Amino acid sequence: MSEYSEAQDSVPGAGGGLHGSRRSYFVGFAAALILTLASFAAASTHLIYGPSVPVLLGVLAIAQMGVHLVFFFHISSAPDQTNNFLSLAFGIFIVGLIVFGSMIIMANLNHMVPTMEELMKIQR
Amino acid sequence: MTSAEWVERAVYAPLSEQGPAPKEVVVGFGFWLFLLSDIVIFAALFAAYAVLSGAVAGGPSGPELFDRQRVFTETLCLLLSSVTCGFGYLAVQQRRAAPAYLWMFATIVLGLLFLRQETAEFAAMVAAGAGPSRSAFLSAFYTLVGTHGLHVTAGLAWLVVMLAQLATLGFEPMVGRRFLCFALFWHALDIVWIGVFTIVYLGAH
Amino acid sequence: MTLGKLSWDAIPFDQPIVMGTLVVLGIAIVGLLLLITIRGWWSYLWHEWFTSVDHKRIGVMYVLLALVMLVRGFADAIMMRTQLALAAGGAQGFLPPEHYDQIFSAHGTIMIFFVAMPFVVGLMNFAVPLQLGVRDVAFPVLNNVSFWLTAAGVLLVNVSLFVGEFARTGWLAYPPLSEIAYSPGVGVDYYLWSLQIAGLGTLLSGINLTTTILKMRAPGMSYSRMPVFCWTALASNLLIVAAFPVLTATFAMLLLDRYCGFHFFTNDAGGNPMMYINLIWLWGHPEVYILILPAFGVFSEIVATFSGKPLFGYRSMVVATMAICVLSFMVWLHHFFTMGAGANVNGFFGIMTMIIAVPTGVKVFNWLFTMYGGRIRFTAAMHWAIGFIVTFVIGGMTGVLLAIPPADFVLHNSLFLIAHFHNTVIGGVVFGVLAGYTYWFPKAFGFTLNERLGKAIFWCWVLGFYLAFMPLYALGLMGATRRMQHYSELSWKPWMLVALCGAVLIFIGLALTAVQLIVSIRQRNLHRDRTGDPWLGRTLEWSVPSPPPPWNFGRLPQVQTLDAHWVANHGGSNAPAAPTTVYRAVRIPRGNPTGIFMAFFAVIYGFAMIWHIYWLAILGLVGGLIIALVQAWRPEREIEIASEEIIAYESGVARGVA
Repeated sequence: MSEYSEAQDSVPGAGGGLHGSRRSYFVGFAAALILTLASFAAASTHLIYGPSVPVLLGVLAIAQMGVHLVFFFHISSAPDQTNNFLSLAFGIFIVGLIVFGSMIIMANLNHMVPTMEELMKIQR
Repeated sequence: MTSAEWVERAVYAPLSEQGPAPKEVVVGFGFWLFLLSDIVIFAALFAAYAVLSGAVAGGPSGPELFDRQRVFTETLCLLLSSVTCGFGYLAVQQRRAAPAYLWMFATIVLGLLFLRQETAEFAAMVAAGAGPSRSAFLSAFYTLVGTHGLHVTAGLAWLVVMLAQLATLGFEPMVGRRFLCFALFWHALDIVWIGVFTIVYLGAH
Repeated sequence: MTLGKLSWDAIPFDQPIVMGTLVVLGIAIVGLLLLITIRGWWSYLWHEWFTSVDHKRIGVMYVLLALVMLVRGFADAIMMRTQLALAAGGAQGFLPPEHYDQIFSAHGTIMIFFVAMPFVVGLMNFAVPLQLGVRDVAFPVLNNVSFWLTAAGVLLVNVSLFVGEFARTGWLAYPPLSEIAYSPGVGVDYYLWSLQIAGLGTLLSGINLTTTILKMRAPGMSYSRMPVFCWTALASNLLIVAAFPVLTATFAMLLLDRYCGFHFFTNDAGGNPMMYINLIWLWGHPEVYILILPAFGVFSEIVATFSGKPLFGYRSMVVATMAICVLSFMVWLHHFFTMGAGANVNGFFGIMTMIIAVPTGVKVFNWLFTMYGGRIRFTAAMHWAIGFIVTFVIGGMTGVLLAIPPADFVLHNSLFLIAHFHNTVIGGVVFGVLAGYTYWFPKAFGFTLNERLGKAIFWCWVLGFYLAFMPLYALGLMGATRRMQHYSELSWKPWMLVALCGAVLIFIGLALTAVQLIVSIRQRNLHRDRTGDPWLGRTLEWSVPSPPPPWNFGRLPQVQTLDAHWVANHGGSNAPAAPTTVYRAVRIPRGNPTGIFMAFFAVIYGFAMIWHIYWLAILGLVGGLIIALVQAWRPEREIEIASEEIIAYESGVARGVA
C-alpha cells in the first residue's frame, strides 16, 4: 500500500505531537481528578438540593468522559479526526438509545405488566 | 496543525481522495471501532443494571453493601494508571526503552491494586450472603462491575504480553501499533469506570 | 476426567429421521474426505483456500457455507410444511411436538445466522474491495478468523442434531422457557454457544469492512464516487458493529442465568423476562436491516447495469441508506407491541416503523426510474431484480400494516406475521443474494452461470414463494398461530396443502441451483468471460480480469467519477487520466492458519461448555490463547510480487492469453 500521499488523517490517541501530548495528560489528569472529587463530594454532602444530585452526578460524569476523550484520546472536530468523531457520535447515539430506551420501555412495561416480584407484593 | 500545514494540505485533494490510509491509521481506526462495540456491550449491561437495580428480592440493596471510600481509592488507582499508561505510550513513540518499561510497570501495579480491592469487595459481599444468585439486582451488579474487572484483567495480561514483545522484538512498527491499541483500550476502561462509579456506587441511595 | 453431562444417551438412536440423516451424511462426508485424500487435494485446499487471507477466496467460502446450510434450513422447512399439511383435525402428523419445536427453532436460527448472514457477508467480502479499487480488506488475517469462527458455529449447530438436542424455544430463545428451570437439557446451550462464537466472527467482520470502506479506497474515490453497493455495505457493517454487541451481552446474561444461577430473566428473585425480549430485539431489528441493505445494494448495481443507465438518484439513494441505518435502531419495540408497554410507547414505535418505510420507498422509486428509458437486458439477474421489487413491496406493505399496534394485537405471532417476514426476507434477502451470486459468479470463477437454468431457478423460487406464503397471510387472518404442531380447524388444511406445493417448487429451484452449477462448470469454456466484463458493468470490479489476480489491481486506479469503469470505457472528457504512478512491486500477505486453529479451539470450548465438561473448556481457552500468542509473534510475512510479473501478467491479459 505505498500509493498514499503525505497528508493523512490521524488515529485517536496518537496525534498532537509529543510535547503537546505530555501536557495534555497532565491537564487531563488534573481535570479528571477535580471532577472525581466533585462527584464523590456531591454524593455525600447535604449542601445540595437532594433531587438534583443525580442530575449533577450525570453532568459531572459526562464532563469527565469528555475530558478523557479530549485529553487522552485527542478526539476533536479537526478534519483529520472526522471519521473518529462521527463514529463516536454514532456510538453515543446507540448507547443513549440502549440505556434510556430500555429504561423508558421497561418502566412502561413494568407498570402495565407487573414483574413476578411486584405481583407477589400485591398478592400479600 | 499550523496554518502553513493547512494551506499546504489544501493543495492536495481532500482526505477522502488520498487513497488507502497508512497502516497505523487503519489499525487505530479499526481498534477504535472495536472499542465502540465494547462500549455497546457495557451499554446493554448498564441498561440491565438500571432496570434491575430495584429488584432486591427482599435481600440487601446497594447502600447497604457499597463502601464509597474503597470506590474512591479504586477510582484514583485507575485514573492514575491511565496517566502512567499515557506516559508509557509516549515513551514507546519516542523509542525510549527504560521509561517505557517503567511507566508500563507502574500501570500494571496500579491496575493490580484496583483488582485487589475489587476482588476483596466481591469476596466480602459473597461471604455476607450477597452473592450474584441472591437477586436480580445483585446479578446485574456483579455482571456489570465484574465485566469491567475482567476487561481490566485481560488488559493487564495484554500489557504483560506487550512488554514481552517489546523485550523480544524491540520498537518494531507492529509493536508500536499494538501499544497504541493497548493505550486506547486502557483509557476506554477508565471511561467505563466513570459510568460505573457514578451510576452504580454514587447513584445508589 | 469426567465427561460432564455427556453420555451415550446423548445420541438419539430412537429417532429414525435423525439416524437416517446421520447415515446419509456420514457416507457423503466420508466419501468427500476420501476423494480429497485420494486426489491429493489437501495441500491445495490448505494453502489456497483454508489459510487464504484473500478476500475473494474468503468470500467464496462464506457463500459456499451459506448454500450448504440453505439445504439444511430448507430441509427443516419442508418437514414443517409436510407436518402442517397432515396434522389437521385430530391427526397428529409425523413429528411429535418435542421434535417439531426443535425443527422450527433450528430452521429460524440456521436461516438467519448461518445462511443469510454468511451469504451477505460473503458477497460484501468479495465485491467491496474490488469496487473500491483496492487490494484487500483492512485486516486480511482477521477476515480469515471471522470466517472460521462462523464455520465453528455452523459445526456446533450441526453436531446438535446427532449429539444431544437443539433448543425448543424458537430462534430467539425467550426466557423463562429458555432458563435452566424449563429447558434443563443442552439444546439452549447449543444455541447460545454456537451463536456467541459465530457472533464474534460477525462483529470482527463488521469492524473489518467498516474500516476498509472508510479508510481504504482507491485514490480519487471520494465518498460521492463510491458505488452504491459500498454505501449499503457501510451502513450494514456499521449496524453490525453497533448491534451485535447487544446480542453478545444478552446471551451472556442468559448464560449466566443458566450456568451460575443468576437472576436476570428468571421468574423469581426479581428477574425480568421482559428485559430479555427488549434487549434481544434491540439487536434483532437492526439485524434484519443488516441483511436487507446489502441486498438493496446488489439490486442497485444490477438494475443500473442491465438498464444500461446510471442509477437514478445516487444522492437520494445514499441519504436513504444512511437514514435506514439510523432509523433501524428506533423501531425495535414493534416486535413486542403486545407485551403491554401502553399506548404512548406503542404509538411512538408504530409511527417510527412507518417512517422507516419511506426511505425504502425512495429506493424503489429510484430503481424504477433507473429502468425507465433504459435499454433493459432481461438476464437472470434482472429477473431477480424485478421479482424482488414486486415481492418486497408486498412484504413491506404488510409490514406497515403490522406497524399499527391495534392491528398487531390481532396478528402478532399469527401466520400472517410469518408470511410477512418470509415475504421480506425471501423476496428481499434471498432474491438479493441469489442475484448477487449470479451477477458476481463470472468475476469469481471466470465463466458465467447457465442463463436458461438461472431463469428457471428464478421462476421456481418466485412461484414457489407465492404459493407457499400467500396462503399463510389468509390463514393468519383466520386465526392460525405460528409454531403450531397441529391444529383442529379442518378448513385450514387446503391452504396448508397449497403451501406445501409452494415449498416443493422451491425445493425444485434449490435442486436446479445445484444442477446449474454442475452444468455451468461442464460448459465453462462456452461461457468464458474473456474480457472481465461480461455484463457491461459500471463499477471497478469489471475492470480487472475474471478471476482477478491475487493483487486485484496492477496499479490502483485513479478515480475521477462515479461509475469509474463505465466512464473509462466510454471515454469523454470525464475519462480518468492515465495512471501517473509507474508499476511498483506489490506486497500481499501470506496465508495464515490462525483462523482455522482458533475455530478448532472454539469448537472444543463450545462443545465442552455445552456438556459441562469444564476441564475441556479450560483446555479450549488455553489452546485459543496459545494460538493468539503464536500469531502475536508471527512476523508480518508478505509475498512480494515484482513489478515485472505484474507487467507481464497485464500484457498477457491484453493479448488474451492470461
